[in-house]
Amino acid sequence: MSLFYFLRNQIIGRIENGQTWLHTSWTLINLALSKSLLLKTTQLLIRKIYIPLLLIIIWACLIRFLRLPNYILPTPLEVLHNLINYSSLISHHLLATLEETALGLSLGILLGMLIALSMCLFRPIHAFLLPLLLASQALPIFAIAPLLVLWFGYGITAKILTTTFMLFFPVANNFLDGLKQTPENYLNLAHVMNSSRWQTLYQIRIPAALPNLASGIRIATAMAPLGAIIGEWVGSSQGLGFLLLNANAQMQTGLMFAILAVIFFFSTFIYFLIDKLLCLGMPWTLLKSH
Amino acid sequence: MLKSPAISIVDAKLRYHDHILFDQLDFHLAAGQTTCLLGASGVGKSRFLQLIAGLKPIFASATISACDQKSLSGRLAYMPQTNALLPWLNILNNVLLGYRLRCRKKPYTHARKLLAQLGLSHTLKKYPAQLSGGMQQRVALARVLLEDRPIVLMDEPFSALDTITRYQLQELTANLLKNRTVLLVTHDPLEALRLGHHIAIMSGHPAKIEYLNYKLSDLPPRALDNPHLLKWQSQLLHRLQELQ
Repeated sequence: MSLFYFLRNQIIGRIENGQTWLHTSWTLINLALSKSLLLKTTQLLIRKIYIPLLLIIIWACLIRFLRLPNYILPTPLEVLHNLINYSSLISHHLLATLEETALGLSLGILLGMLIALSMCLFRPIHAFLLPLLLASQALPIFAIAPLLVLWFGYGITAKILTTTFMLFFPVANNFLDGLKQTPENYLNLAHVMNSSRWQTLYQIRIPAALPNLASGIRIATAMAPLGAIIGEWVGSSQGLGFLLLNANAQMQTGLMFAILAVIFFFSTFIYFLIDKLLCLGMPWTLLKSH
Repeated sequence: MLKSPAISIVDAKLRYHDHILFDQLDFHLAAGQTTCLLGASGVGKSRFLQLIAGLKPIFASATISACDQKSLSGRLAYMPQTNALLPWLNILNNVLLGYRLRCRKKPYTHARKLLAQLGLSHTLKKYPAQLSGGMQQRVALARVLLEDRPIVLMDEPFSALDTITRYQLQELTANLLKNRTVLLVTHDPLEALRLGHHIAIMSGHPAKIEYLNYKLSDLPPRALDNPHLLKWQSQLLHRLQELQ
């Protein structure tokens, strides 16, 4: 954890030297983090700290005993060095990945919800879309991503679309499941109360499906950084995926490990952020029934 | 004063998957009084109730009509056994559900008054999961009352509750639903004897309904220490066993 703080301070320190806009955005992110979130990540890490610690020790021992060269496996200290030395570079690329992830995730959730709703409401759409949806998931994302780059260029659009393409399915699938499983009692009540079809959808079926939607969104959130990184991998000039590819090509294994560590923290962080937001938005799901 | 109509059901028929639950079933609900419907589980009581509520399609030959010749739609209130409250709405909004669904002006003052009357004024902002089973059913009762409809259909409303809570709620319900046409589905003979002006038993495959001819002088809710009540309870139990 201290490593994380150190990295963050380093990044902020570097940024203060010139790039004020970066600084403001970091302050904003820090505000958004909120203490409790950081605390949660910290607690999780402390509780599980002995396992990573053990792994790091094994890692260090392995290098010592097997006399592995740097370019095969860097030492933990080396990774830390890379993290510090390249912190401004990494943070610059992290921001690009962050933007793609956020936009791709939002778009994926929105698209997934729209697909689920339209499939639930109109039978012909259900019959028409279901095979298409399944096919879209059968196609490897590594085959789709280059096509998207071909069509939309090296810019951010292709990455956002790759992410969206990966994420809409878990959201649509879970939400649709929820919409189909409204408890019969709720629907009976609505019917006897002379509710219209739209009101029943809006006030009964959608709220009843929200816990399912939430689990879809959680899965999508866990996958989101991966979508963005695959997009960058295929063709781009910025982002952690691009950096990773470059580091790999130049045999900078230490940098690669540093980037992987950042990706790990970044993914865990947005997962907890979204999880927290979902819990705040649906307080009743946290209550234990009598 | 509410005008609660009598209801007659003629030639009702209902299938469940492949087998017929009931066929050519006739039944009559007395105006402004409580009718309790007893029967073994699985005989089709709840489905019969849902048929009256318009929740199941009726066959062309069947008629469900009120004695005043007006449609039943919009004059019914329905109270299910469990899952009666929506977990994402707080208590006040759950009670106002009917008005929310119909997009009508919500009678907040009346709702608050009703909840206070049922001893629930401290729960307005709580979620159903924060309440005990008995309190949840009281909220469901408040919702039925706020709907203010002359016909009330209740599907085993107290069966998930403990004895004392059930006893208290039976009393409350009988007093609050006075002069409404009530059909209460239950499997508890004592509950039927306490609350019913009339008691009917549903049995057989396909099911038939017969009225029990019993005489109890006082009006519901009847006190449990009434010796006649206990005598009738044992007779009713015998009758139910015979029919099984």
